[in-house]
Amino acid sequence: MSKRNNISLKTGLAAGFLALASTAFYGCDSGSKSKTLPIYGEREPVERVVNGETVIDTIYHHIPDFAFVDQDSQLVTQETVAGKVYVSDFFFTSCPTICPKMKSQMLRVYEAYKDNPNVVLLSHSIDPEHDTVAVLKDYADRLGIETSKWHMLTGDMDSIYKIAEQYLAAARVDEGAEGGFSHSGDFYLIDQQRRIRGHYNGTLEEDVDRLIKDIPLLLSQKEHETK
Amino acid sequence: MRQNKLVMVAMAGFALTTLTQCFTKKKDEGKRLYEQHCQSCHMDDGSGLKGLIPPLANADYLQTHRDALPCIIRHGMDGSIIVNGVEYNKEMPGVDLRADHITNLLNYIQTNFGNDNPRYTLTEVQELLESCPPER
Ligand code: HEC
Repeated sequence: MSKRNNISLKTGLAAGFLALASTAFYGCDSGSKSKTLPIYGEREPVERVVNGETVIDTIYHHIPDFAFVDQDSQLVTQETVAGKVYVSDFFFTSCPTICPKMKSQMLRVYEAYKDNPNVVLLSHSIDPEHDTVAVLKDYADRLGIETSKWHMLTGDMDSIYKIAEQYLAAARVDEGAEGGFSHSGDFYLIDQQRRIRGHYNGTLEEDVDRLIKDIPLLLSQKEHETK
Repeated sequence: MRQNKLVMVAMAGFALTTLTQCFTKKKDEGKRLYEQHCQSCHMDDGSGLKGLIPPLANADYLQTHRDALPCIIRHGMDGSIIVNGVEYNKEMPGVDLRADHITNLLNYIQTNFGNDNPRYTLTEVQELLESCPPER
């Protein structure tokens, strides 16, 4: 009796697995053709009256306005990324743990989109008191990067932590179901409307491969969308 | 009474696992130590990070500063250095490892990542560690 139960349980499990695997396959297949990226974070329905009819618009979570200073002492704001796709992360120059790995991975993104003016990288220092413009300048020079493409940001500590929450919070909402949490080593992919469209573990090569492949999906999206 | 017995069993089990672990891990200890303490900065392949963190792979520094390496691992280093013709200047934290661990770690580095340098003996490393420059 118990043995039989066992077997049926096993076959049941196997069938379940097969079903799961096949959906996973399907998911991949249909995805590769005209894949669109999800929009992360909370959304709010907003009612609006057009020609006497009520329509419901969805307001998506987006990164609020910001103002930081980069390695060349230039002010970097939402204007800097206006109409562009950008990748953002958080680090500090004296970090001994995951940051060197993140920076070596971000360099790959940099190399891949070096010549595309519609892609920008923003790395925020979470230790802005130590990471002054001069420190960031030295760091950036040693990485051999161009400021106009990859801004290393410093500024008011509170503002940096507040904006970090805006990235993190949205990603976290999405992962809630899996009980996962967002790494501080994440890269965030932001679209032309400053909505979060992806987050990737910045220390994992495979995840960063995915990021590099996802960026064109947002770049082409811009052409289809009528503003 | 019963509890004592349980503790004994647990302790024996613990001793046994640590012992077997010692045997199986001894050979790879250098690699394990590298992954644990060094890889985050010097990278999986010892390539370092551009002008920020110097490479260990094919690094001339490993040969030219062979005698200084045990102390560098234990006490870290800072200031400007040249590795393979490139200048680096960033602080590296030290790791307070035992002499035998440092020996295994250094031998791993000296014979991997494209390096083919002579190995250290434990006595050699112990002697070098005794004469580390005073810490600042
Ligand atoms: C926090 C990042 C970091 C960690 C962790 C780290 N290093 Fe370093 N390492 C550096 C930096 C930065 C330098 C250059 C120091 C300078 O500019 O004075 C360096 C220099 C060296 C050098 C001399 C230059 C060269 O490339 O040959 C050796 C050897 C070395 N490290 C080995 C190790 C070993 C072994 C470990 C693990 C026990 C380790 N490092 C852990 C960052 C790190």
